[in-house]
Amino acid sequence: MIGQALDRVDGPFKVTGRATYAYEHWEAGQPLYGSVVGATIGRGRIARIDTHRAGRSPGVHRVLTSHDLPAQGTPDPSLPFEFWRAHPVMSGPDVDHYGEAVALVVAATVEQARAAADLVDVEYTVEPGSFDFAAGLEQAYVPAGPIYGIVPVATAVGDFEAGFGSSPVTIDERYTTPYELSQPMEPHACLAVPDGEDLIVYVSTQIVDAARASMASTLRMDPERIHVVAPYVGGGFGSKLRIHAEAILAAFAARALRRPVKIALTRQQIFQLTGVRPTSDQRVRLGAQRDGRLVAIAHEATMATNRHWEYIEPTAATTRSLYAAPNRLTSHRLMPLDVLRGEDVRAPGEAPGLLAVESAMDELAVELGMDPVELRIRNEPSVDPERGVPFSERRLVGCLREGARRFGWERRVATPASVRDGQWLIGHGMAAGIRGHFQAPTTARVRLAADGRAVVETDMTDIGTGTYTILTQVAADGLGLAPDRVRVELGRSEYPVGAGSGGSWGAANSSTAVHRACLALREKLVATACADTRSVLHGSDPARATFADGRVSIEGVSEALSEIVARNHPNGVEADGATVAMTDDPNYRDYSIHSYGAHFVEVAVDADTAEIRLRRMLGVFSAGRALNSRTARSQLIGGMIWGAGAALEEEAVVDARSGAFVTRDLANYLVPVHADIPEIDAVVLDGYDGKANVLGAKGLGELGICGAGAAVANAVFNATGVRVRDFPITLEKVMPGLPPLVS
Amino acid sequence: MRPFTYERATDARAAVAAGRRAGAKFISGGTNLLDLMKLDVERPSHLVDISRLPLRDIEELSDGGLRIGAQAANSDTAADARVRNRYPVLSEALVSGASGQLRNKASVGGNLVQRTRCPYFSDTAAGCNKRDPGSGCSAIGGFNRMHAILGASEACIATHPSDMAVAMTVLDARIELLDAAHSLRRVDITDFYRLPGETPHRETVLRPGEMITGVVLPPPPPGRQRYRKVRDRASYEFALVSVAAVAAVEEGTIRAARVAFGGVAPKPWRSVEAEAALTGRPATMATYRAAAEAAMRHAVGQGCNDFKIELAKRTLCRTLAQVARAS
Repeated sequence: MIGQALDRVDGPFKVTGRATYAYEHWEAGQPLYGSVVGATIGRGRIARIDTHRAGRSPGVHRVLTSHDLPAQGTPDPSLPFEFWRAHPVMSGPDVDHYGEAVALVVAATVEQARAAADLVDVEYTVEPGSFDFAAGLEQAYVPAGPIYGIVPVATAVGDFEAGFGSSPVTIDERYTTPYELSQPMEPHACLAVPDGEDLIVYVSTQIVDAARASMASTLRMDPERIHVVAPYVGGGFGSKLRIHAEAILAAFAARALRRPVKIALTRQQIFQLTGVRPTSDQRVRLGAQRDGRLVAIAHEATMATNRHWEYIEPTAATTRSLYAAPNRLTSHRLMPLDVLRGEDVRAPGEAPGLLAVESAMDELAVELGMDPVELRIRNEPSVDPERGVPFSERRLVGCLREGARRFGWERRVATPASVRDGQWLIGHGMAAGIRGHFQAPTTARVRLAADGRAVVETDMTDIGTGTYTILTQVAADGLGLAPDRVRVELGRSEYPVGAGSGGSWGAANSSTAVHRACLALREKLVATACADTRSVLHGSDPARATFADGRVSIEGVSEALSEIVARNHPNGVEADGATVAMTDDPNYRDYSIHSYGAHFVEVAVDADTAEIRLRRMLGVFSAGRALNSRTARSQLIGGMIWGAGAALEEEAVVDARSGAFVTRDLANYLVPVHADIPEIDAVVLDGYDGKANVLGAKGLGELGICGAGAAVANAVFNATGVRVRDFPITLEKVMPGLPPLVS
Repeated sequence: MRPFTYERATDARAAVAAGRRAGAKFISGGTNLLDLMKLDVERPSHLVDISRLPLRDIEELSDGGLRIGAQAANSDTAADARVRNRYPVLSEALVSGASGQLRNKASVGGNLVQRTRCPYFSDTAAGCNKRDPGSGCSAIGGFNRMHAILGASEACIATHPSDMAVAMTVLDARIELLDAAHSLRRVDITDFYRLPGETPHRETVLRPGEMITGVVLPPPPPGRQRYRKVRDRASYEFALVSVAAVAAVEEGTIRAARVAFGGVAPKPWRSVEAEAALTGRPATMATYRAAAEAAMRHAVGQGCNDFKIELAKRTLCRTLAQVARAS
């Protein structure tokens, strides 16, 4: 059952419109609608704010500014993950980034709210802000860290400078990556419903418990009085790890007006009121012997941060585990600016970091005249090269070899700009991928009813990834039931608490918790039956029990689970299961636990205009055991497409004069469309990582991105001989290196 | 979005009468207008829906040309057998624009008068002389990668986003206009659009209340036609540079040529300079290069878009080579 391509159990609900998202709940009746007014300066203060015109506009119930909000909680830095901390919004006159919320209009209809929002008059005292990342890199500082409370900011092994200095072959290059935003399909939305002293919060979030904690802390409420409901979430990609202005302001307005209030951010506001992947400048130095063995690796990342809200993307973190080399150096530095706060965006760290490192490895292969697949295999470490601990399950070489075989890599022509197909220059590129695997405390409950049906409950979310489906499979497997006898209930704060969807940890966390709950439930059932004289299993050895087809069997004698439950637990029987924090699990101390990938890409580059079009993408991945082969493949392909977009298209541009994102809608902030994506395949190697968890499963929602963009970039180099180190690779960066026009 | 009233026009005369009302705007597919209304960029107080007027037909003209009704959908026009056979440059331009869904909604008349996609134009917090005369041009000195290299002014460097209009320009299309007094006039498409000068908010010669009723295509010009669009994505993206080219080549000599560019100017950019450099010359890359140099002689980059000058030259040369080879 586990691993099979079971159809998405929530699929029929989604395609028939019965999957209800945050903005769509009507249980509380007609709500009011909120529209957020954003600051139109990048840094300064609100000098005067006049809401009279807006307040008199048709349908308006209330206009809220910082003067109307009660005192808010402040972030508690002792909480390791930022998403659980308070998120004060509209808390005073200061403007710390462009678009920050300065007022909320609440009206009877969404149109009236938006119309009135345009009538809020705000005068600002503008202060000179810093918005230009490249202009002030020397002001970057080394943050205290650690990143996420656990990842060191900087590491050093051996003597990098000496090793690099004595290397016969070296690469020393800088790579830049742009600001990027998650931009999920479903906008950030919240419906807040007052219920006596309680507050019901329908919100689009990745982590129910974080949403509850952050809201309680911000509104200074008892968390028990906040009820979060998030059964369906239309994508998050990091931007819904925490709640933002839409949720906080909906809650304040609902409590002030004693009415349900809902707010959805507009697409433009998502560019101003969520979080951004910082733009980065990365220096990568590689020193190698002539046979390709690395002597020294340095990866130094400098990135932007909002000056009031420090965020460190772990851009150089997995470089520490990727290749063997005796002399090593990694670091992260922050450049304080007055821009939107940084937050996790899908594959934080690896997404920009591997663009740089895996481009540099390609440059080294070119310098050495060595096949880039072979170069990577030659630098395969036997233990984690910085921590010195063994790898739990490391099959990077397997991914590389299988990928090369399936792609036909041996037919690739190494000499750049030497393959043509009519108007097109053809190139092939590859890159390796690595992504850390994480574990966090998660609990789940499984209940078996007298009719033999099981219900799984956890506050885990399904953000489009397939949680409902994989937990159905895990519970069906754990109890020996057909999957249609299992119902999975997710996304409510009343359910057992977990760490939600984030960092690709959700599937493994929640599956392990459900599996353990099933084991506990099995023990209860068998113990009950074996001790019950009315059971055919009375007196049998509980240790020999097996579960299948809704029955428990011991040495040829079996009884239906429903019979045991009906007889002994007429109101049903339940059990809980849990995972612990990785800091409390010795495996995560004693082993280096990662997932891996290898990407192979064919591109065509127009010989005159430098338009880059993908022709083939193949990824081969190792992430322990896949829980559902179809949803795993969908996740990986989605990640690979994300990687392609990062290589070629995605870039949020800041206007250095105002601090605003100029590219603030999906017409100007480009992501791939169908026509951009070619024949694409993701292959998952069969595997099992018993060190990660009892199911042997590791996260793969972000793995698909890791290295995908570098493989595209390396293919562009192979096609044209032009190395672009400033991402994304738009045509004007390639065109100057193309040959002159010939007839 | 501000409150507005709405009426559906029953015939063309009623439409132009309703269009005279203060604050009125015509709406057809609404693929551009509604977006801009939500952004508070367009603020009509009254919408006159002209999408169901009987102006959807594509008719044969006695001189061998075609008349395309202003309410014909972009998709229907692109798929029309007569358009595809006799004006392939127009069909190619239409299908290179927007997405299938938008082309089904968007009308030919609406396509002509769509607004620039300059991001500063659609952001009411930014200065923009086109949206708010006298407020300055934020694109100058800002992020102007998509902006004009020809025909711009110190007041505005926005581009006209249409592909269709570029093809129509190279076909010498005439725009048919009906005014409130019910008089019909026809304007050459090159005269239909204004350059920004100091009044970038005035984009066409349309008079208040005047409505586009159709586009008249003269008989197809001699030679082969081609529309080539260069863009950041393979689909659903505006042109960085596009070229509409028509060339007739006999025995290695270019007898006639027409060239227009998209994505480089405030209007579809007919290049008489390139045409002069091509006509009567041998169909060789040297000739195309000379034409490209002539076309871009007065081109000026704004910083982020400097590359467009070389890109336009390269795109023109390749497109001419393809057209010439085919003919």
